[in-house]
Amino acid sequence: MATVELRFSALPEHVRTARLVAAAVARRAGVDEAVLDEVRLAVGEACSRAVGLHQNSGVTAPVKVALIEEEKQFSIEVGDEAPHAAPGGDTSGAGQEADAEVEEDEMGLAVISGLVDDVEVSTGRNGGLIRMTWPTAPPATALA
Amino acid sequence: MDLSLSTRTVGDRTVVEVGGEIDVYTAPKLREQLVELVNDGNFHLVVDMEGVDFLDSTGLGVLVGGLKRVRAHEGSLRLVCNQERILKIFRITGLTKVFPIHTTVEEAVAATD
Repeated sequence: MATVELRFSALPEHVRTARLVAAAVARRAGVDEAVLDEVRLAVGEACSRAVGLHQNSGVTAPVKVALIEEEKQFSIEVGDEAPHAAPGGDTSGAGQEADAEVEEDEMGLAVISGLVDDVEVSTGRNGGLIRMTWPTAPPATALA
Repeated sequence: MDLSLSTRTVGDRTVVEVGGEIDVYTAPKLREQLVELVNDGNFHLVVDMEGVDFLDSTGLGVLVGGLKRVRAHEGSLRLVCNQERILKIFRITGLTKVFPIHTTVEEAVAATD
């Protein structure tokens, strides 16, 4: 089970909240301070992308963020419920605006993959999921 | 934190001082500001990012959009940034090759191609 779960209406103003919560939980989980900026940026990118996908496809469901503390690692899953084509799939026939959306979407993914070493992107007819994982250092005051 | 924007003119350059967080929520305000400046005939822009705490790909998209607009008028868009965490985003997206990035506003204002 996720340590902390967050669901928010697919609105841009809530992405900041998701960034703050994710960074706070990551810090508690023992993610290195130097990496927290990357966590903040990566989760923001994933959430912005999900918000865009929901808005563009008229999905009213909330965006889901799961912050998962595990042994020696911390993962963030950002799930959307937008039906989308496979990555790199057919975009022919799309108008210019759709192309711009695809470009923005890819820019977000480019930032995520540039930032996070361990990232998995899965998409399907019922939505997509981005899972990002960072190593954690055991807390200095770990209980025996 | 919200986005703060202020503009001033230095010679033939327009300096846009940006502060706060540029993300999916606030980026439209920056886009509006850049569009307005270009529409008003300001084609040589210097965007001072020293007060920016956070920048994501939406913000990058707005800056690239601004660059396209000024280039259509043979203008320029220069950035001022010394913050490693912001520079890193330009590096991983390859945009350091697209934007001239300066360490001070004075340097950016004085720069010519």
